[in-house]
Amino acid sequence: MECKYQLKDGCMRISLPREVDHHYAEQLRKEADLLIGAYRVRRLVFDFAGTEFMDSSGIGMLIGRCRHMGYSGGEVSAEHLNERIQKIFVVSGLHKMIKVTSEPQENGQREKGGGKER
Amino acid sequence: MKNEMWVEFDAKSVNEGFARVTVAAFLTQLDPTLDEISDVKTAVSEAVTNAIIHGYEKEEGKVRLSCALDGDTAVITVEDQGTGMEDVRKAMEPFYTTKPELERSGMGFSFMEAFMDEIQVESEIGIGTRVTLKKKIGAKEDGNWDGCGDSSY
Repeated sequence: MECKYQLKDGCMRISLPREVDHHYAEQLRKEADLLIGAYRVRRLVFDFAGTEFMDSSGIGMLIGRCRHMGYSGGEVSAEHLNERIQKIFVVSGLHKMIKVTSEPQENGQREKGGGKER
Repeated sequence: MKNEMWVEFDAKSVNEGFARVTVAAFLTQLDPTLDEISDVKTAVSEAVTNAIIHGYEKEEGKVRLSCALDGDTAVITVEDQGTGMEDVRKAMEPFYTTKPELERSGMGFSFMEAFMDEIQVESEIGIGTRVTLKKKIGAKEDGNWDGCGDSSY
């Protein structure tokens, strides 16, 4: 699946797949939790640049990762939401839980940020 | 004009994308806006995911998906012959889920209600569940996303 994880200085950027549904959310959840624990991630960034579709299963996965990060005092943000994903965020109330930024943060560089990829 | 199609597929999560795209492709003859297509895809995804996760749990089974066009209205049904629900009204409450351990958000039915004009759920224990979703295509001229889930804003 087209999902990419970049790690740098305690920040993990997850480039989400084209469609975040139940099928992909299951895999994402397992992989992300493993990496968050193993690399002691303090900041988690969900990058929706390549995402066209998300349903409530995706919402469940995002809320779950927020909780996971919350236990360790970490922070979660989301960026590059297209109009459709923004709508899903608003309808579900997710925009109140996750900070939405339009531009990449200085810490989490985009694409070739020199971070670890897998 | 009336036109109808149906497909049946295994209750596997990999087929959720197939279900969405199939309905979207069939709907194109009504010349929908991108927003309308997205709304329908989301609702279909919710219903099919419910059939797979809740209807069949880890058992094998078939999901039947149909779409009938009646004039400019799409009537979509998603049926399973799984476990069925005891209390449909409870299941439709926002944030209610019987599977929090699977990180189910409990928003499936809320999404279906937000993105479609009408939803009907029939369920019987041991027999299965049928979800009927209706949406008028071309109801909004401009395609702005203003008409859904007003109360959620």
